[in-house]
Amino acid sequence: MDIAFSKDVQAFRQEVRAFIRTHLPDDIKHRVERGEELDREGHMGWHRKLCQKGWTVPNWPTEYGGPGWSLAQQYVFHDELAFNCAPRLPWYGWDMIGPLLIEYGSDWQRQRFLPPIASGEEWWCQGFSEPNSGSDLASLQCKAVLDGEHYVVNGSKIWITAAHVSDWMFALVRTDSSGKKQQGITLLFIDMRSPGLSRRPIITFDGGHEIDQCYFQDVRVPIENRVGEEGKGWSYAKYLLSVERIGTADVARSGTMLRRLKTIVASERAQGKPLLEDPWFADQIALLEIELKALEVTELRYLFETEAGSDLGPEASILKIRGTEIQQRITELIVDALGYYACPDLRPALWQDANIPAVGPDYAMLASASYFNLRKLSIFSGSNEIQKNIVAKAVLGL
Amino acid sequence: MDFSFDEAQQLFRDSVDRFVAEHYDFETRQRIVATDDGYLPEHWQRFAELGWLALPFPEGYGGLDGTPVDTMIIMESFGRGLVASPYLSSVVVAGHILNRAATEQQKQALLPALSDGSLRLTFAFAEPTSRFDLADVSTTATEDGAGYRLNGYKCVVHYANTAHKVLVSARTTGNQRDPMGVSLFLVDMGASGVSARHYPTIDGQRAADIKLDNVRVDADDLIGDKDHASAFIEETCDHGIAATCAEAVGAMSVLYEMTLEYIKTREQFGKTLGSFQALQHRMVDVFMACELCRSMVYAATCRLTESTAERQCTASAAKVQVGKAGRLVGHEAIQLHGGMGMTDELPIGHYLKRLTMINTMFGDIAYHTARFRRTANYFSL
Repeated sequence: MDIAFSKDVQAFRQEVRAFIRTHLPDDIKHRVERGEELDREGHMGWHRKLCQKGWTVPNWPTEYGGPGWSLAQQYVFHDELAFNCAPRLPWYGWDMIGPLLIEYGSDWQRQRFLPPIASGEEWWCQGFSEPNSGSDLASLQCKAVLDGEHYVVNGSKIWITAAHVSDWMFALVRTDSSGKKQQGITLLFIDMRSPGLSRRPIITFDGGHEIDQCYFQDVRVPIENRVGEEGKGWSYAKYLLSVERIGTADVARSGTMLRRLKTIVASERAQGKPLLEDPWFADQIALLEIELKALEVTELRYLFETEAGSDLGPEASILKIRGTEIQQRITELIVDALGYYACPDLRPALWQDANIPAVGPDYAMLASASYFNLRKLSIFSGSNEIQKNIVAKAVLGL
Repeated sequence: MDFSFDEAQQLFRDSVDRFVAEHYDFETRQRIVATDDGYLPEHWQRFAELGWLALPFPEGYGGLDGTPVDTMIIMESFGRGLVASPYLSSVVVAGHILNRAATEQQKQALLPALSDGSLRLTFAFAEPTSRFDLADVSTTATEDGAGYRLNGYKCVVHYANTAHKVLVSARTTGNQRDPMGVSLFLVDMGASGVSARHYPTIDGQRAADIKLDNVRVDADDLIGDKDHASAFIEETCDHGIAATCAEAVGAMSVLYEMTLEYIKTREQFGKTLGSFQALQHRMVDVFMACELCRSMVYAATCRLTESTAERQCTASAAKVQVGKAGRLVGHEAIQLHGGMGMTDELPIGHYLKRLTMINTMFGDIAYHTARFRRTANYFSL
């Protein structure tokens, strides 16, 4: 038994770290550190550099343009991105569409859709939830009817992260309502510029625009954009959930946030001393750090077991549950640590050309907004209650 | 990175599990803890025959050159069976001190006897005013000719009733809480001036308060360098922490299994308890707590042989995690068993008793949260 990474992986970590530190632009790093949302152009400045290095699709095999890394290398790569405040890779393309097409896609689909994911030319969003189908996803009603060489889609999808910056949506649609609700679901790739597709921004209460609702009115989707077989969409969606999700626990992002919290309590003062000497804060931070450590070792243990050949099953759900709980808790403590300077709403100062001076310390600028925003973590990707249902059923046999 | 057991460790684990399954069912266990000694001498002899008492010691002293992982394996199995024995106090804790600090001559004299079961030891470190601070030592050792005289009071010394000798931390110089100036002495339990008040602990094991009244020891009985024992004591207690945390993981696993089985079979309102979502989610919390603790025990065990700071901060993190989880798992097990969980007849409550003891031993959640803070830098694996 040995909980440390091998020498090779440790050397790889140094290589990744050196690359990021050399090539990550300071302004992007600063914005990520502060919890600011990057626009697509902001992302691309960094993505193109990663792409030249061949590092944008870390989990793909070499034949599809991936680097062919081991799970440990992939873990370390994401870890270093987070540790050094680099942006995440754009959602859904590398982690979902890649594995999905490699497993179930046609040759044409792989050739058409994989390269622009790696290059960052095409971004993806996920059309799963509907206004009346949240946690009960299989009850979805957005309809697709085959008409010659096209599916005609009618209905609505909601809570779609990054829809407004995406080129494509992978959507679960209903092609048959006669059987069980899990049957008759089909997975389609929908061009976001299709006629009949409209979009409404959803502003979350932190003031951000990350998600949209989309409406489909007779949207025509070519049949070659269907993944796998008609009516098998539910099993593809389940496959996506079972695909090894390196970094589900987001340990390194939490670590970076915790570091930020420590910087804040070292700078803030109370009773003439740094706030970090306040026993309540000191204990809360230590307890969180211990929770995070336990989560980190657990994730590595599961990673090892997966590399050793056993399926990482639904146990992975506990990583999501605990990981999101920890991140949310850190944002709460950051707000607590800031005292009064958690109160000013400084988002307008970040608007381009706004020329509005900020008040208070720089690290306070988006703290409350981040705290509000991260309430989403325990809701999205299958709420934490759904995750517990999954573990109860699949692991505990209840 | 390797989180698995090798073949030898796997075989060893099977053999300890087999012993516990065959010889340590709950009724037998309850009979054993009700005996005067609070453990079964025949079992001790069997441990010796199986080589378990020799496990952590070097071959040159009759040992088996085992690693902390081997100790973790045996302690987890003991935790599953709620095994009551002086193994922790004698082999893991006192044995570690001798192995690390004793002279060649002392090791030759003591370790083979410890390994073959003819010698049992214990370690007296706690005092009524020291709480969990290992350097807070009021017991004194003053030079007396070629030897020393010990005076003081040690509390809750585990399995002192079965020990032939007790290792005592005593102050040879400095103030009450100075890390410098603490020394270790090996004292015969029958020596003149040693008086012990023996009692059972809440988990059915045994301990004693020991009064040292002008106890005379020889210069040969000093273990390790005079005045410099604090670092060894800290290290030894970290080994004790890893071992007790492994034991706790075994105990929590059993609580998890028993409770899961119970809610799958017990019916109310015409369906099993396990079909109620409120209870399912609580059971998942229990599962999660067990998984996170197991990871931390692996980490703490592997880090025992790393740098002092890494050893300390990981041991403290494990102790906090296990302390919190022990309560959660124990309380949920009782709650989900309902009235049955309150009975003395069921093992459930007895596991909580052991987990409660473990939370206190070598420092509780508050103490180790503070120690973690002192020793942890930004963590990295």
